[in-house]
Amino acid sequence: MKENFAISVRELTKRFNDFTAVNAITFDVKQGEIFGFLGANGAGKTTAMRMLCGLSFPTSGQAMVAGYDLYQDAEKIKKSIGYMSQKFSLYEDLTIRENIRFYGGIYGLSDHEIKTKTETLVHQLHLEEQLNKLVKSLPLGWKQKLSFSVAMIHQPKIVFLDEPTGGVDPVTRREFWTLIYEAASQGTTVFVTTHYMDEAEYCDRVSIMVDGRIDALDTPLELKRKFNAPSMEEVFVQLARKAKRTE
Amino acid sequence: MRILRILLEKEFRQIFRDPAILRIIFMMPMIQLLVLPMAADYEIKNVNVAVVDLDHSTYSIQLVNKVKASGYFNLVDYNESFEKSLEYVEHDQADIVLQIPASFEKDLVREDKATLFMALNAINGVKANLGGAYLRSIINDFNREVRLDWVQLPRVNPQPTFQISSINWFNPLMNYKIFMVPGILVVLVTMVGSFLTALNIVKEKEVGTIEQINVTPIHKYQFILGKLIPFWVLGLTTLSIGLTLEWIFYGIVPVGNLSTIYIFAAVYLLGVLGLGLLISTYAQTQQQAMLISFFLIMIFILLGGLYTSIESMPVWAQVFTKFNPVSYFIEVIRMVVLKGSTLYDIRFHLLAAAAFAVVLNSWAIVNYKKRS
Repeated sequence: MKENFAISVRELTKRFNDFTAVNAITFDVKQGEIFGFLGANGAGKTTAMRMLCGLSFPTSGQAMVAGYDLYQDAEKIKKSIGYMSQKFSLYEDLTIRENIRFYGGIYGLSDHEIKTKTETLVHQLHLEEQLNKLVKSLPLGWKQKLSFSVAMIHQPKIVFLDEPTGGVDPVTRREFWTLIYEAASQGTTVFVTTHYMDEAEYCDRVSIMVDGRIDALDTPLELKRKFNAPSMEEVFVQLARKAKRTE
Repeated sequence: MRILRILLEKEFRQIFRDPAILRIIFMMPMIQLLVLPMAADYEIKNVNVAVVDLDHSTYSIQLVNKVKASGYFNLVDYNESFEKSLEYVEHDQADIVLQIPASFEKDLVREDKATLFMALNAINGVKANLGGAYLRSIINDFNREVRLDWVQLPRVNPQPTFQISSINWFNPLMNYKIFMVPGILVVLVTMVGSFLTALNIVKEKEVGTIEQINVTPIHKYQFILGKLIPFWVLGLTTLSIGLTLEWIFYGIVPVGNLSTIYIFAAVYLLGVLGLGLLISTYAQTQQQAMLISFFLIMIFILLGGLYTSIESMPVWAQVFTKFNPVSYFIEVIRMVVLKGSTLYDIRFHLLAAAAFAVVLNSWAIVNYKKRS
């Protein structure tokens, strides 16, 4: 495995009893890349991502994340990554300020760092007025942007985003992708799953999972050429149709 | 240390922001301590008696008046038919039928002895037993009076009788409240300590925030301490509120040292919190956690010696009570409040509480996994 990859995965497998959720996937993610991790529902995206974040033990295979071995140094990996799960996972009964303080604090930021982070973050998201409001009072789109910013609070090398824009309106989605680009331009590797094919076009490279395997991996342009398809949507449909697994 | 502080800060914020938790912590002791002891009364009062008087003599009327005057009995009916009186029992309106035979006075005067008949409704065994015993002792009393008044006693009583005098130690007036209220407080502290902890952690599982925490470099022990400390404080708060209420409303002031109770409670709560933590590692939803909690609290109360004496349980049940942390605290709080026991007297209880704390917490920590 080469050092300059942010994520390097070899034959990674996860089995639940006799069901193979992730079947020997192999891929590399370059540093600073926006890596789209696509697949139909139940194809195994979230399971793969959870393994890479150290939330779930692989059944077999190897993986290096941020230069650390997934088996030996899971806790070190956790310092270098940010994670935004499918479920909204800020504390609804805390205010925006308190959430930022909490997550900043457990990543080891000092009071001063938390203060400056809070200011820049709130300014960036235009949340000045809402700073002391409970998170549950925010609309979904804002919550998602806030989640992303909180996942980025400790300036991780890699950020994992699991369907970050699910259920969000097109305007907010575009804003969200601005945030992603900004993070990537500062050198953060972005590993993102999505069901929106327009978003897939925004990625540097895209992998498509079908039934626990990675069936295609390339730049959106190359993929469209290979599959002789006008859009990523067409590529996806061609691949996803082969799926035998039902949800 | 800093991470722990951040965790505690967040936990306390959430607790004080949740009106339901505050209500549980402050209202639950109020209601349970002020209302339950009234109902959890060992004394049998209002035993309903139907008297069948076939004699209608001075003596029989005197006896009935004495029963009425005792304060324990309600006279449901006074009639001449046993069948009719039995009907009251059948309709659950009478607990005891007392039949005075037609020859009661005659027998008493002429033959120096008479027979009364008592039929008890034994559906509620305790009430039948105690009611019967009360009635018997009233009749015995009456018997003695009759002998003193009417029967000429020889100078030397030919029938020697025992007179028993007794003194009630520790609870001279046998006030059941002094006995019950501290016990109820123990159950309360246990519930706050274990079930609130369990529900709190499981809620984070349900909402998904625990996953966000598991993906941070935070250590298992930090997370666990961050959860245990707030509920440890809450448990001791509930105890303090409870002790204050006991003092204000029942005038219960521990004979022993208050610090003995607190020292024991501090250790005991660690075990109880460990139990909550353990439940949370097994339960996936708050519903599951609740049901496990219900199951456990029933066992804790019924096998804890709160309502029934452990010594009179069958041996297998007594063995079970050894594994019930609540039974130790109930015993300790009663010992300290009523007898004034010292730390030295409760040393084995303290040791048991410490053992619970070690075992339950270790089990929970092993079972709590950041990674599945």
